[in-house]
Amino acid sequence: MSTSLVRQSLFRAVVKPSMLRASAPGLMLAQRRLVDFLVRRVKDSEEDHRGLWLAVVFVSTENMTPAESISYLNAQRQHRPNSPHAQIYQPQITWILSIANRVTGVALSGALYAGALAYLLHPVFPVIDSAHLISIVADLPTWVKGGLKFLFAVPFTFHTFNGIRHLSWDIGKGLTIKGVYATGYTVMAATAISSIYLAFFV
Amino acid sequence: MFKPSTASSALRAIPSSSRASVSIGARSFHATSRASLATPSETKPAQTKEFKIYRWNPDTPSEKPKLQSYKVDLSQCGPMMLDALIKIKNELDPTLTFRRSCREGICGSCAMNIDGVNTLACLCRIDKDVNKPSKVYPLPHMYIVKDLVPDLTLFYKQYKSIEPFLKNDNPPAQGEFLQTQEDRKKLDGMYECILCACCSTSCPSYWWNQDQYLGPAVLMQAYRWMADSRDSYGPERKEKMQNTMSLYRCHTIFNCSRTCPKGLNPALAIAKMKLEMATE
Repeated sequence: MSTSLVRQSLFRAVVKPSMLRASAPGLMLAQRRLVDFLVRRVKDSEEDHRGLWLAVVFVSTENMTPAESISYLNAQRQHRPNSPHAQIYQPQITWILSIANRVTGVALSGALYAGALAYLLHPVFPVIDSAHLISIVADLPTWVKGGLKFLFAVPFTFHTFNGIRHLSWDIGKGLTIKGVYATGYTVMAATAISSIYLAFFV
Repeated sequence: MFKPSTASSALRAIPSSSRASVSIGARSFHATSRASLATPSETKPAQTKEFKIYRWNPDTPSEKPKLQSYKVDLSQCGPMMLDALIKIKNELDPTLTFRRSCREGICGSCAMNIDGVNTLACLCRIDKDVNKPSKVYPLPHMYIVKDLVPDLTLFYKQYKSIEPFLKNDNPPAQGEFLQTQEDRKKLDGMYECILCACCSTSCPSYWWNQDQYLGPAVLMQAYRWMADSRDSYGPERKEKMQNTMSLYRCHTIFNCSRTCPKGLNPALAIAKMKLEMATE
C-alpha cells in the first residue's frame, strides 16, 4: 500500500524522515499527514528500516518553464470532465415551472401545427375531415372525452397563467423569492382547477 | 451516470490513535475536538453519518468521476459541511481536494453543490439525519480541475468583461465623488456579492450557454455599475448588453436568487436592467 502511495505522490528528492517531520513548513497539512502516516508505516513494519531515507517532495516543487506549464495545463484541460448538473440539482419550483412553461409551449404549438397540417392529408385519407372527426369523438365514452380534453387543458391553462406571471415580472412585480413561490403555487392551483373545469364541465 | 461507490481510499485505514501528532496539531484546523484541548468535551454518543463526495483525479483522467463514501462521527465534528470536509481531509483521506479559506462566508471559496443545492460549505449546516447520506458535488456544469474544484477561468473573464470599476470622464474638480443617500441605497443588495459563482452555476441558461451568456453573478455586477450615480458610462454599459446572448438568455428562472448563500437577488437586478433597457 505504501509503495503505491509513494508513487502516487511523486516522491522525488531525498529527505530523512526525522528531518521531514521536524522541518517541513512548506508542506500543507494534508501532505504532512500523508508523510507522517508513511513514516509511521516504516517505523511500525517488522523489517529493519533503520537508515531508510524517504524521498518526499511534491509535484508543485518541480521547476517548469512558463511554456511547459501552459502545455501541461492545456493537456489537463483536454481531459477535464463536466460536473453533473440537471440530474443532481434539487427539484425546485423555480426551474421546474420554467422548464414546464417551455415544454407546454412547444407541445401546444406543435399540436396546433400538426392538427392544422393534418388536413393536408385529406385527399389521401378522406377520414381526416371535420365532420368525420366530430362524429368519431361524439361516440367516445365521456371519460375518454374528458381525459383527452384534460390532456390539452393542462398545458393550455398552465402556459396561459404562467405567461401572466412572466408578464408581471417583466413590469417589475413579484421579483422576490417569496413572490416567485406564491405566484408559482397560485399558477399550479389555478391550472388544476381550470383544467378540471374545462375537461369535465364544459 | 455517476455510480455511488463504497470503495474508499487506502488511507481510511489510518487508526484514529495515530492522528494527534504534535508537529501537526499546531497548524491543523479546529474542525475536530481533540483530547489535547484545555477542556475536553464530554463523550457524546456517536452519530455516524455518511458523506458521498464527487471525486475525479486529473492524474488518472481515463477514470470516470465517481462518488466516494466517507463516514464521519457528527458528535466529533463541527456543525458545518466545511467542518466535515476538513475532518475527512485531515483524518480519512488527505487526497480529497476542495477550496476553502475564510470559513465564514465572505471569501466564496468553498462554493459547491450540497444535497442538490449550490451553497457555501462553510454556511451550510450538516443535516443531522444520520440515516440520509449527504451528497457533495462540485458546482454544476463546470469543468473540474480536481474533485470539488471547478475551473472558474471563464467566470472571472466574464466578470472582467463588464469592467467592474467606476468609469467617469468628469471627476469632481475637488475631493471625492458625492452621492445622495437615496442613490447609495440603490447599490444595496448588489455590492455585497462575493462572486462565489453559486448563482451562475445554478442557472440552466448558464449551463447551456455559458460561452456567450454572462450569467446572474456577472450581470448583477454589470447592473451594479449601471445603477451607480457616480458612473457616467451607463449607456455604453447597456449598449454592450444589446444582443440576444449576453443578457437576454435570462429567462427569469430564479434559481439564482433561490440559491444565493448571501441572500441576494440577482434575478431582480437583471429584471431591472431589462426594464431600463426596454423603456429608456
